[in-house]
Amino acid sequence: MPQPEIEIRGLHKSFGDNHVLRGIDLEVARGDVVCVIGPSGSGKSTLLRCVNLLEEPSEGQVFVGGTEVTDIEVDIDAVRRRIGMVFQQFNLFPHVTVTENLVLPQRRVLRRGKAEATKVARENLERVGLADKADAYPAQLSGGQQQRVAIARALSMGPEVMLFDEPTSALDPELVGDVLAVMRVLASEGMTMMVVTHEMSFAREVADRVVFMDGGVIVEEGPAAQVVGDPRHPRTRHFLDRILDPSAAEAPGPEAGGPAAG
Amino acid sequence: MTSRLSRRQRRRISQGIQYALFVAALVLVGVLADWDRLQNQFAQKDLVAELFPEIITTALRNTVVYTLSGFVFGLVLGLLIALMRLSSVAPYRWVASVYIEFFRGLPALLIFIFVGVAVPLAFPGTEIPGGTYGKVALGLGLVAAAYMAETIRAGIQAVPKGQMEAARSLGFSHARAMVSVIIPQAFRIVIPPLTNELVLLFKDSSLVLFLGVTLDERELTKFGRDLASQTANSTPILVAGLCYLIVTVPLSFVVRRLEARADKAK
Repeated sequence: MPQPEIEIRGLHKSFGDNHVLRGIDLEVARGDVVCVIGPSGSGKSTLLRCVNLLEEPSEGQVFVGGTEVTDIEVDIDAVRRRIGMVFQQFNLFPHVTVTENLVLPQRRVLRRGKAEATKVARENLERVGLADKADAYPAQLSGGQQQRVAIARALSMGPEVMLFDEPTSALDPELVGDVLAVMRVLASEGMTMMVVTHEMSFAREVADRVVFMDGGVIVEEGPAAQVVGDPRHPRTRHFLDRILDPSAAEAPGPEAGGPAAG
Repeated sequence: MTSRLSRRQRRRISQGIQYALFVAALVLVGVLADWDRLQNQFAQKDLVAELFPEIITTALRNTVVYTLSGFVFGLVLGLLIALMRLSSVAPYRWVASVYIEFFRGLPALLIFIFVGVAVPLAFPGTEIPGGTYGKVALGLGLVAAAYMAETIRAGIQAVPKGQMEAARSLGFSHARAMVSVIIPQAFRIVIPPLTNELVLLFKDSSLVLFLGVTLDERELTKFGRDLASQTANSTPILVAGLCYLIVTVPLSFVVRRLEARADKAK
């Protein structure tokens, strides 16, 4: 059996008394797209942030490309170079241009020369359809454009894995499509992707597997068509009913077995 | 409404009274002050002519040099202390906190006397490099660093947390992320308050007085005072004062512009 690109074993994470992740085991095969869905507060963003150690796991192991990320001896900066991450709030560097956003990390982290870094930057901006914005500053772009630049920035480091933390949640609805289109192309090119998202149609179409989390554990996982189209677990079904048709949700009241709110 | 006057009319009357009082006060001062004696003591035209060009080429020049050297030294030290203050290493934080409280809590004058007296005593035979200029940079810089450290710390903390996370996720080390991503943004935020600090330093450079300086090392205040006692007339002090204003008023104007621009960018 080929080695999985991402492997998570017995992962726990607590913030003080708040036990956010309660034993996660998950594997992502090379070239696979895994979407993580679940109510807010279920720990899905924390799980993603544990993969590149933006959060330090309290317990358990994480492997990326065969390297144990959670090993205290590991050069975490070197590991992170192989893991691209895209944030909900884009987090572009506002004080430099779009091109510089892509060039700066290549030069400072990968020690690439200026000419090469600029060339890679241009290629990746073309990839996300924003070559014409090369000289703009982030504040001059729409949210959707900023997020595509953020994807291009991560790609220009040549990552083996891409993590997406609710990449479209901060966008106006009409801008979501462009970002998802870029992600769809990336998936079809064989990038290994782990995506925390609320976009169910994206999960159904693009994901090889969907993971439903609630209360810090994986409740259900399987092929996208099964988890999103025909969920087995009542909690998954309840969550999907709410997210696919929010107006159909019952008025809040005493309700046994419902998902944690918040 | 009980009054027959409208709200606007009442406001006009109130403003009118305030203007009248203001003008009356001005007139009173103008009439009562002994302008002839004032002019005699502070504005002797032939004395003014004698001050030039030395007051510009030596005194103002030295004031600017003292200020800038103190500012640069203070900025470097202040940045270092700000980073120590934010460090995850507890002893660094303690040292930084003690430094800040100590130098903000003491009058700059005492620091200057300390630099002038204690440093030569503590390290006999060693000269502070740069002579008087070095001592001034040290004295002004030590005090300015404490204020600038707090300003820079606030600026660094004002940079959104996501910036550090984005940089780290791209493989930047903490230190490199600070230098390449966080500090450049922090400095943009703190340029207006740092310029303000420059204005304060410009005035504090007058404390050089207490270090004992040679004729060529005199700055505006010392120069003005020396010439005032030589000529038994205060005109040089008035001219020195005007020289300060030539620099500080435009600088303050620049600060206000920068602040307005920063507000608009938010």
